[in-house]
Amino acid sequence: MMPTALPFWCSFALALCAAPLLPGIINRVKAKFAGRQGKPVLQLYYDLAKLLRKGAVISTSTTWVFAAGPVLSLATVFVALPLLPLGGFASPFAFQGDFLLAAYVLGLGRFFLILAALDTGSAFEGMGASREAAYAALAEPALFLCFLTLAGLGADEHIALHLSLSTMFTGTPSLAWLEARPEVLLLPLVLFLLLLVENCRIPIDDPNTHLELTMIHEVMVLDHSGPDLAFIHYAAALKLWFFSALLAGIVVPAIFSNPWVQLAVNSAAIAAVAVLVGVTESIMARVRLPRIAQLLGGAGALAALALMLTLIR
Amino acid sequence: MELFLVALALLVLTASFLAAASLVPQVPSIRLCVHIAGPAGIILACALGMAGLFHGSWGAVVPWQAPWGLPLGGGALALDGLSRCFLLPVFGLGAVCAFSGAASLFHHDIGHNIAAHWFFYTLLVLALALVLTARDSVFFLISWELMSLSPFFLIEFDDHEASVREASWVYLVAAHLGAVVLLGFFALAWHMGGSSSALFAGLSLSPAMGSALFVLALVGFGAKAGLAPMHIWLPEAHPAAPSHVSALLSGAMINAGLYGIFRTYTLLDIQGGTPAWWGWCLLLLGLGSALTGIIKASGQSNLKRLLAYSSVENMGIMLMGLGTGLIGMQTGHMGIATLGFAACLIHMINHAAFKGLLFLCAGEILHAVQTVRLDLLGGLQQRMPLLGAAFAVGAAAIICLPPLNGFAGEFVLALGLATGVTLPQMEIQLGLLAALTGLALVSGLAAATFAKAYGIAFLGEPRTRLAANPHLPTAYNLVPLAFPAAACLGLGLAAPQLFALVAQALPLPQEVLAPHTAPLRASLHTVVLVGLAGMGIVALLVLWRRHLLRGAYSQKNSTWGCGFQKGTARIQYTDASFTDPQTEVFSRLMGVQVQSSMDKGYFPAHASYSIEAPDRLRLRLYAPLFDAVRRLCDACKIIQSGRIHLYILYMLATLVALLLWGFAA
Amino acid sequence: MATVLQIAIILLLLGNFAMLTANRLEPRIRLVSFQGALLAALLLLVPQQGANLMHNLLLAGAIVLIKVIGFPLLLHRTLHKVGLASHSAVRGSGHKYAVISGMCCLIFALWLETRLPFAQEIYPPLFFPAALATLFSGLIMVVGRMRALGQVLGYLVAENGIFLLSMPLMMESSTWFELSLLLDVFVAVFVMGIAINYISETFESIDVGRFCSLRD
Repeated sequence: MMPTALPFWCSFALALCAAPLLPGIINRVKAKFAGRQGKPVLQLYYDLAKLLRKGAVISTSTTWVFAAGPVLSLATVFVALPLLPLGGFASPFAFQGDFLLAAYVLGLGRFFLILAALDTGSAFEGMGASREAAYAALAEPALFLCFLTLAGLGADEHIALHLSLSTMFTGTPSLAWLEARPEVLLLPLVLFLLLLVENCRIPIDDPNTHLELTMIHEVMVLDHSGPDLAFIHYAAALKLWFFSALLAGIVVPAIFSNPWVQLAVNSAAIAAVAVLVGVTESIMARVRLPRIAQLLGGAGALAALALMLTLIR
Repeated sequence: MELFLVALALLVLTASFLAAASLVPQVPSIRLCVHIAGPAGIILACALGMAGLFHGSWGAVVPWQAPWGLPLGGGALALDGLSRCFLLPVFGLGAVCAFSGAASLFHHDIGHNIAAHWFFYTLLVLALALVLTARDSVFFLISWELMSLSPFFLIEFDDHEASVREASWVYLVAAHLGAVVLLGFFALAWHMGGSSSALFAGLSLSPAMGSALFVLALVGFGAKAGLAPMHIWLPEAHPAAPSHVSALLSGAMINAGLYGIFRTYTLLDIQGGTPAWWGWCLLLLGLGSALTGIIKASGQSNLKRLLAYSSVENMGIMLMGLGTGLIGMQTGHMGIATLGFAACLIHMINHAAFKGLLFLCAGEILHAVQTVRLDLLGGLQQRMPLLGAAFAVGAAAIICLPPLNGFAGEFVLALGLATGVTLPQMEIQLGLLAALTGLALVSGLAAATFAKAYGIAFLGEPRTRLAANPHLPTAYNLVPLAFPAAACLGLGLAAPQLFALVAQALPLPQEVLAPHTAPLRASLHTVVLVGLAGMGIVALLVLWRRHLLRGAYSQKNSTWGCGFQKGTARIQYTDASFTDPQTEVFSRLMGVQVQSSMDKGYFPAHASYSIEAPDRLRLRLYAPLFDAVRRLCDACKIIQSGRIHLYILYMLATLVALLLWGFAA
Repeated sequence: MATVLQIAIILLLLGNFAMLTANRLEPRIRLVSFQGALLAALLLLVPQQGANLMHNLLLAGAIVLIKVIGFPLLLHRTLHKVGLASHSAVRGSGHKYAVISGMCCLIFALWLETRLPFAQEIYPPLFFPAALATLFSGLIMVVGRMRALGQVLGYLVAENGIFLLSMPLMMESSTWFELSLLLDVFVAVFVMGIAINYISETFESIDVGRFCSLRD
């Protein structure tokens, strides 16, 4: 762990700038699998620039809640992101229990996005909102179990901030499994699944389908347009970065003495996660909706297993 | 203490005035007088009481002995930190609900004896204040009985409706079954201590005796607190009661049950330390209540029933805090104990703010639309923006979203449970962490439930004509909502100060607390800072969005309808469809009953689909139990034949039996 | 070495849960065969007192032969003969409870290890609870499955658990004992395979629920 603030803020700036790259990478990987050329990697930047310049069509059924959804979903990710140890450096805001704050802040954004969807009075958007609410509720225990496992891994009362994201996600598990603790290998698996759920990727949700009946996240934002849609897309990209950074935080060991090398390796790991998401999307089909609950239950069970095995050591 | 006593005296005065007014004929001049003087007296008394609470040190015990005695006991009162904590919601909500009630009853009173209503309201506030400060068993029980009885008359406000009468009966029976157990509790404590006030001086007991008292207290007080499986009166009573009464009952009265359990724990001194299972029992009961409450809440379509079940959930969370505290004490881990106890009290105070707000909002919906059934509402946000905003604040607070107040309590509790990671014993670790996982599930489900409550009731298009043209609330109706709404935001931003206040009331010596409170206050400060930063970012984004939209071409149009531009409001998602994914997972626990009828054939003529989630515990456990009791009593009626010579025969038989018994001995 | 051993143990536990969740018989048979392979690997990895490498190799070979190749072949054959291969198993919520009870059994096993000092001496870390959990998962499968074949699989898993428990205690002479036990099980499964054939001929289903009709 480097107590340097500069690399941390550089990583934060990088996250803000480079987050829209991740969907681009995913799309490129999917295109390559399908034997297509694919969209440019920078496509989301073009989209964002275009959307920010455009006007908006706002439904007459809606109220301020409709506008609050995109704004809050973006603002909450802005707030949650610097709580993470970005680029492998402890956050300057780190405190005991910041994982709770991060989870609940993201919950706030999700809550208002759900409300914004219900505000339009559209049956499709209600459908998406209902699914998002239910699956988010089921994903929460699994996420907490992951956090607790990581906290248990370095559990020591004498370490200050042992219940902080900055201690959990600075590379401890990447080496721990070599020391006869292979159960931590389950964590990347569970976190990857949670990443797919929270960011609505295949096999949970298909961001590219054109069937509103089967979508979750995309169907919630059908009525948003212009800057609102830009906010939502950007927030989604940042959220993907957030979860990729979680994964990168546990697979990249904190062994590099040069902070910039550490930052580069972490960023490369985040890009690798995007590639992995692309591969997963290419080789898997969307599961049926009732199976999602089972999938999340399975993720929770795996995380619980990892936690138990960590605790008895 | 003096201010507090003055407040009590003012409450007594108001009550006696109202009692007198309720007995004379209800001429308009008297009614007007009652309409104004009754609530005003209550609000003034509550304000005085509130000032009294903040007068003097929270860490000290201030006793007061009434100069007159009571039969079998004395009128001993005392104010200490714990009492002050629990009195905060009583006075706060007491005043706000009186205000709101005055505003709504002033316009809507038809044929009710308003003086009687305000009399029982005053009595409830007074009895609550006495229960929370009484230091004598007999005095406590008398106050408890007053506190249990007066809501019966408050709930029965609309007593011309059969459902209301039934609900108030359910309440009365539940309250008295609890009171019977409490009678046993105090009798046993009196027996052990030797005097009626011995319990409140602290009892030193053997583990077996202490556990017996603990279980009695848990059942007796738990019935009042609405802990599962003794919660069944809550979802019956709250929808039936007027909303300002529901708010007071849910935000302040059920806390008395929690207070009882908390106080009992601090008073029992067990030789060899508190038994380990006490804490686990509370934690498990709390988690069970929280899960039952929220799962049942998510299945409800009546907004007030939903809120009632959510009270069960929140009481469960508070009890989890208490249990965590006990476990921390028992394992000697004072950090966990501090966090657990503090979480219990913080969440209790916060719960009063947001639950009071939500019930008052539900009352305004009821006035505006004449129903609180979610599937008949919709589109209210557009028609009543301020009411909608108040409900949105309450909903966001109750699902513990930062920067509102609900987050602080859940944060402290979760942190306490997570600290379990560092404990050496695996069983305790696993227990605490499993509880935390359960808490995460509860909060996720709560988010879904209140997204449903707010989204279906206030957003989208109105589903009925009544919802489309609501009877708009006046400013008098909305002003009372501003207080709890401001409390939701204010307490959220003052979380470190609230924690510091509550920390003085914990049953732990200050020197033990000090090393654990400082880091937590720092954490809460960071939370508040992050919250403020978030609000700043939101403000900036809103300005930016406005700027972007100002320059661009924007228009208003109807919602995209997949090509069908003339959809009806009935194609919207309803509360039942919104909950469907959860229903699939938790169907067993939710107890959802679906009734559908569909015409077979190519041209369906009529179809109906309804979904409800009645309380299975009531239907499967309590109803058969009470039926069995009734059958038993019916069977006993056989001796009551109504023939006089048979009765004489009974007397003769009794006489002979007594003689036989007397001489044989 | 210790890391590889731990990975094998975790795989064993995961395999158990996968078996409890698996819907159909075919993947479960594959999982049982995978567990057999793990068993052979564990036999070579676990440090034993007075172990004879030759004997261990022999036993591992036998395990691979019987558990990894023999049983699955036999069971697949039975499956196809009975005509269940194409048939997916009944949909039900039973798996949810199977996984939860599996979790509870694992917690119990972990707790038991902390209470048994000798277990910590004899077994490598996590070995004892994993073995016990395997035994319990087998029993849960026997209790929870309605198909006779599923019960045979459960029985096999339970037997694997017992084998694991005895593994670190194995002496030189006990190798032969284990071998004969293995043969015993082989015969048992063989007989069951035949029995299932007959059951399916008689009842046109291998649903053991139908046995109820045999009572007086």
